[in-house]
Amino acid sequence: MQTNLADFIRDTPEGREADGILRKCVHCGFCTATCPTYQLLGDELDGPRGRIYLIKEMLEGVAVSGRTRLHLDRCLTCRSCETTCPSGVQYARLVDIGRAVVDRLRPRPAADRLRRALLKESLPRPALFGAALALGQAFRPILPGALAAQVPRTSGRGTWPQPRHARRMIVPAGCVQPALAPDINAAAARVLDRLGISLIEVPRAGCCGALRFHLGDQEGGRRDARTMIDAWWPYLSQGVEAIVMTASGCGAFVREYDHLLERDSRYAEKAKRIASLVRDVSEVVAAGEARLAECAQRSKPAPLRLAFHSPCSLQHGQKLRGVVEPLLVATGCELTPVADAHLCCGSAGTYSILQPEIAGRLREAKLAALGAGAPEAIATANIGCLAHLQAGTATRVRHWIEVIDERLD
Amino acid sequence: MSPMETAGVEPADFLAERDFGGRDREALLSELSRVLPRGALLVSPEDARPYECDGLTAYRQLPLAVALPDSEDQVRAILRICASLDVPVVARGAGTSLSGGAMPHKDGVVLSLARLRSILALDPLARTARVQPGVRNLAISEAAAAHGLYYAPDPSSQIACTIGGNVAENSGGVHCLKYGLTVHNVLRVRAITIEGEALEIGSEAPDAPGYDLAALINGSEGMLAVITEITVRLTPKPLTAKVVLAAFDDVVHAGDAVAAVIAAGIIPAGMEMMDQPATRAVEPFVHAGYPLDAKALLLAESDGTPEEVEEEIGRIREVMAANGATGIRVSRDEAERLRFWSGRKAAFPAVGRISPDYYCMDGTIPRKRLAEMLTAIATLEGKYGLRCCNVFHAGDGNLHPLILYDANAAGELERAEEFGGEILELSVEYGGTITGEHGVGIEKIGQMCSQFSRQELAMFHRVKAAFDPRGLLNPGKAIPTLNRCVEFGRLHVHKGGVPHPELPRF
Ligand SMILES: Cc1cc2nc3c(=O)[nH]c(=O)nc-3n(C[C@H](O)[C@H](O)[C@H](O)COP(=O)(O)OP(=O)(O)OC[C@H]3O[C@@H](n4cnc5c(N)ncnc54)[C@H](O)[C@@H]3O)c2cc1C
Ligand code: SF4
Ligand code: SF4
Repeated sequence: MQTNLADFIRDTPEGREADGILRKCVHCGFCTATCPTYQLLGDELDGPRGRIYLIKEMLEGVAVSGRTRLHLDRCLTCRSCETTCPSGVQYARLVDIGRAVVDRLRPRPAADRLRRALLKESLPRPALFGAALALGQAFRPILPGALAAQVPRTSGRGTWPQPRHARRMIVPAGCVQPALAPDINAAAARVLDRLGISLIEVPRAGCCGALRFHLGDQEGGRRDARTMIDAWWPYLSQGVEAIVMTASGCGAFVREYDHLLERDSRYAEKAKRIASLVRDVSEVVAAGEARLAECAQRSKPAPLRLAFHSPCSLQHGQKLRGVVEPLLVATGCELTPVADAHLCCGSAGTYSILQPEIAGRLREAKLAALGAGAPEAIATANIGCLAHLQAGTATRVRHWIEVIDERLD
Repeated sequence: MSPMETAGVEPADFLAERDFGGRDREALLSELSRVLPRGALLVSPEDARPYECDGLTAYRQLPLAVALPDSEDQVRAILRICASLDVPVVARGAGTSLSGGAMPHKDGVVLSLARLRSILALDPLARTARVQPGVRNLAISEAAAAHGLYYAPDPSSQIACTIGGNVAENSGGVHCLKYGLTVHNVLRVRAITIEGEALEIGSEAPDAPGYDLAALINGSEGMLAVITEITVRLTPKPLTAKVVLAAFDDVVHAGDAVAAVIAAGIIPAGMEMMDQPATRAVEPFVHAGYPLDAKALLLAESDGTPEEVEEEIGRIREVMAANGATGIRVSRDEAERLRFWSGRKAAFPAVGRISPDYYCMDGTIPRKRLAEMLTAIATLEGKYGLRCCNVFHAGDGNLHPLILYDANAAGELERAEEFGGEILELSVEYGGTITGEHGVGIEKIGQMCSQFSRQELAMFHRVKAAFDPRGLLNPGKAIPTLNRCVEFGRLHVHKGGVPHPELPRF
């Protein structure tokens, strides 16, 4: 598309990046077809092509009101549009730039700012978040019903195998996940242990940065990322092969640390190295699929009808499609068909809190699609989706690695 | 004929487009907001601008307002209001038109049908589906899949384009060679006139009394009425389908192979061609395994019973080989077949990877002249200093040259337009037409003047006037007014002399 960026942005690094992305978009509209919000709301402005146009206008210097921000806020950043776009438009990067600019040009009303500030200070802090969950009440006004009350707490963490293998990988403790589902990392450690890999947990160091970044505090997100890098860096010299992520939402963000910190002279190189070592746990397990199948054969697990929900951060963000499903099948699960598997469940980080209406409608549709084949349980790959979906259904929602762990002896 | 006499037989707005300026904007907006739900009327330029163009971004126009109704009643109410205030209306589906058909009118309302997106009924026994206009083409096939059925016309944009837009453009697709265009697969259309009256065209029964207006409404480009309901025919999925992927080291050989396949009496389910630049642009997206060193690829599909398919694939292979194919592959399974096609279907937008803008042409020519046309296009590339990718519905002789340009570079768009204009005029000269399936819209309106005579154009205007006497539906599109033809300098001029001295000049 033709562009003519305004002086205030044209010659900045963001301006150049945005211009390159905008020029790749040929306005074909393919992406609208797979955009959850366009499919729901039927307005060009709530679809990727329209949002791209709104951003273009803004960067070209046309005056904007809070309405442009509203349409950008309604975007889930699910990146389904990127999967669909034949032209390779990096929408998520563009919308990050667009959001930062609109926040500058049209600052949010105070109440909105406060809500976001509370979220970004409470959620990434394991202690605070855990306490809020325990107390239940204190954070009600800002926590979604989903997170505050309805998530069944797992009974705690199971055993973590002693590191006994030569192959070692690290897994970050995470921020929200330990409070909600403490056994996910341990389950990953147990599965990998069977595959000949010892998983070492890096003690809590806070949030990977995704929460702050996506709540509009891009600098704060970068700060978090640097803290993470500092926490992980010492392990790399100890022969650690990979950084394993068990929450695909965090994985999608950490995988792009190189881009996030590319203009930070102190961290750019480190960020690149870290990003190159990140693996979703499914990639690691898939590399040992033969061994997994052997283990499963020995343990002869009972049949299980399962619906799998692939988080957007896995299938669109990390472009890992069709990796988890065969692993579940290899351990004897029967996967029920799920229509519109490319659509977001509405969780999308803090979206379910900030846009409850749309998130609720998306969840309803997703649960209907997941329930169509009458599964005994639902499996997913990201703690956010897990909690969000669980709050809307009586069917148990679990991380797929826990399901697999249970099916091996 | 003197100008006076002409006016007698030619509709009033045949000579020049009407001016819709100075309408009562306040009254319009307040009436529209009364009949629409909250948030369904976009008025500020900030909100309306993303609607200023469709898939053809070179032509843009900010509308007065955008209406997003979610029911037929609201559509009817909007049309009545616009009729009473004499305000133009431009219908819009998914906005994927490549001819600017859905480009707004500056004094008009964009009427989006995107929120009317329910599949109202699906009858697997009668093999029909009754749907609202905003349903996506592919969504119909997805819903029908459970019954072993699908909706056959498959424009490359089928993931996104709406069935209403398909009817309005009489869209084709890669499988139209065998299964026909939209018009051959639509049984019934319900549409609302500008006065707010419902029209029923066609019927769910095989035949119906009265004129068959189906051919009129299919391809009407939003000029006659606003389509609000469509009954489509569903087709049983073939038992098997396989596609041959043939590589050529010369586009001319590929063009000849197309003509040879048809001459051998084979009607493939689809036959498409892509040249090397197009193939190279799309491969990184689809990973179809296209041979990147080939100058041109042909895709030819056969479907039916396994025996029929085997036999036909064998014959297609022979013809390809005899015409110089340097490599031939046959899809090994359904996934590979879909991958082969997905590259073709994503070809236009994938060109965005190699060029910031493209201008897609849509002429048709007799198949036997494909090779000649390709050679001519190559010469024009040199003349205009612009690259051109070629993607064809080869079996139908429907060309989609994609002229690559950079809208940010001064003068390139104009050169691209001239380049395109020459291709279209060549199409007519070769015995073809200026549009195969993308419609005339705003883009090819000038070339309409070279394709049709004054009498024919007058006839089109009379048909339009029968539905929409005041010319409020999508004014300025599809059929040129006489002054426009003169402006373009492209009217058929018989016996020399200045054509139409009675018309104002610009
Ligand atoms: C990448 C790409 C590939 C394409 N490939 C093909 C192809 O293979 N074959 C093909 O034929 N076309 C193709 N097209 C063109 C386009 O997709 C078709 O013309 C399609 O039918 C337009 O549908 P739409 O819903 O987007 O309509 P729009 O673009 O919104 O509108 C198109 C026209 O239809 C009118 N209209 C829309 N809805 C209604 C309604 N309900 N009632 C009355 N009028 C209405 C509009 O006023 C306008 O004149 C392609 C486009 C793109 C971008
Ligand atoms: S699919 Fe890609 S090129 Fe097409 S409109 Fe969407 S972002 Fe732009
Ligand atoms: S990221 Fe998701 S919600 Fe946002 S525009 Fe793309 S597809 Fe739509």
